[in-house]
Amino acid sequence: MTGRGAARRVTLLALLAVLAAWPWLAPYFAIFLMTEILILGLFAASFNLLFGYTGLLSFGHAAYFGTGAYVAALLLRDMAPPFLAVLAAAAVGAAVVALVIGWFSVRLTEVYFAMLTLAFGMMVYALVHQWRGLTGGSDGVAGFPLTAPLPGVAVNIADPVNYYYLTLILVAVSAYVLHRITVSPFGLILRSLRENSERASFAGVPVRRYRLAAFVVSGLFSGLAGALFAPFNRIAVPEMAHWTQSAEPVLMTILGGSQYFFGPFLGAGVFLLLRQWITSYTQEWMFFLGVILAFLVVFLPRGLLGLFDRWLGGRS
Amino acid sequence: MRPPPLLDVRDLRRNFGSFAAVDGVTLSVQPGEVTALIGANGAGKTTFYNLISGRLRPTGGSIFYRGRDITGTPPHSITRMGIARSFQITNIFDQLRVIENVQVALVIRQGKGTRWWRRAARDEDLRLQAGELLERLGLSGLAMARAGTLSHGDKRLVELAIVLATDPQLVLLDEPTAGMTPEETHAVVDLIARLAETGPQTFFLTEHDMDVVFGLARRVFVMHRGRLLAEGSPDEIRANPEVRNAYLGEEVY
Ligand SMILES: Nc1ncnc2c1ncn2[C@@H]1O[C@H](COP(=O)(O)OP(=O)(O)O)[C@@H](O)[C@H]1O
Ligand SMILES: [Mg+2]
Repeated sequence: MTGRGAARRVTLLALLAVLAAWPWLAPYFAIFLMTEILILGLFAASFNLLFGYTGLLSFGHAAYFGTGAYVAALLLRDMAPPFLAVLAAAAVGAAVVALVIGWFSVRLTEVYFAMLTLAFGMMVYALVHQWRGLTGGSDGVAGFPLTAPLPGVAVNIADPVNYYYLTLILVAVSAYVLHRITVSPFGLILRSLRENSERASFAGVPVRRYRLAAFVVSGLFSGLAGALFAPFNRIAVPEMAHWTQSAEPVLMTILGGSQYFFGPFLGAGVFLLLRQWITSYTQEWMFFLGVILAFLVVFLPRGLLGLFDRWLGGRS
Repeated sequence: MRPPPLLDVRDLRRNFGSFAAVDGVTLSVQPGEVTALIGANGAGKTTFYNLISGRLRPTGGSIFYRGRDITGTPPHSITRMGIARSFQITNIFDQLRVIENVQVALVIRQGKGTRWWRRAARDEDLRLQAGELLERLGLSGLAMARAGTLSHGDKRLVELAIVLATDPQLVLLDEPTAGMTPEETHAVVDLIARLAETGPQTFFLTEHDMDVVFGLARRVFVMHRGRLLAEGSPDEIRANPEVRNAYLGEEVY
């Protein structure tokens, strides 16, 4: 127990050290790659609070990611407040959207829940795509400035290294908060819902209320990820709210292992590295991704971390 | 004079299509009195429990708990009012540790469900109360095991621990000894008897093992094809010719 815990802590510290030194260790393009891994890792980890911990598979998480992206881009374009205020507003905006969609969705479970979240996700995409006056339609929102993080903190986050560090700090803090949630009493209730929501309700748990709470928290951090993603790309486009964007956290989480807190982060890393590598040879990267995923689901249902766990002689 | 009943069920009905699984049952359970509901397979016992515990909505009739009409109340509210149940087929949190199984109920009961920052494992109240409960049920040694890895008998005890952790006044046990070995059955009967004697809970259980019922219950209701056929003390029930015909005769006992 303690041996495992200590090993985990050392691994985590080593990982943080590598991430902190990344701009010195890695070639220039890899700074962009790692920024993207961190952002999409946070997106996948937020998704997994709902999937791996609460037992609800959402196919519509791009709705919150996209909301975060657009709120951030529009605020920067029209008002240019301090960047951290932009992120906070975008996360809250996404949480509000999640509250509305979740309020309907948590009435259902399993495939019906998944279908409903997919349907709502499509509606949000359609809205973003069609509301040209606000969102610029398929052109998206671009040409916004990147403001200082806080008033008086004159850091130029348009510099990729600075943006990387800002992302690293925010993702690390968010991951820490998410992790605390999973091991809290609230998190225990969420895990009980994943295991057996009927038994939970007969233990006194108001099931829907907790599902909705998980949904909103998940939407909040997804929105934060989206709000980091749009400025990173210097544009918010409807694709960020598209259902193919919803598929990414699902795939990343399954790749890394949904039963592990860091599974989604690892999955995001492997996913983006594979994409980088395969697209340098062929345009048909989706085909190879499909092959890899099919292989994983059949042979490694617990994801890559499940495989490591088995190598280390962990649980069966 | 008898005290007011803890549970008062009036003309309760539940149909599945045109089939009446519970067909106008009226009964009451007195506080502190171990009560049993017996009947052959398919008599409607589980359906009756599903109605009381809020898992199913009645087609007709009403349910009063401590004088309050709880008909149609959802399960989590009924649980928090003080009625907890076990299931005929063991129903626990397989992937959670045994101690966590109990803590789910404790978190809700202690109003800690909104605590999202403090670690559950560092909460002394949660740890101590769960530990005490597991101790009482003889599960201390298994506290850190995943509940799904336990033996059938131990899993049933975990479910009983969850039930008690909700701090119930009325405990509904649906065939608590189903699928147990004779030794396990004996141990569970002893345990329920001990809990009933010392605890604040009133036990209301269904069974079809007669020895279990007659050893535990002070008051017995007999169900037959959705209806109440008889009620009385174990001795009265044993001597009742109608019961013998309708039910006891069908059983190997
Ligand atoms: N959900 C259901 N749908 C249809 N019929 C049911 C359902 N639940 C129970 N029944 C029927 O109701 C009758 C009573 O079942 P049950 O309450 O499980 O009896 P017992 O617990 O006494 O064995 C049985 O004939 C059973 O087939
Ligand atoms: Mg039954």
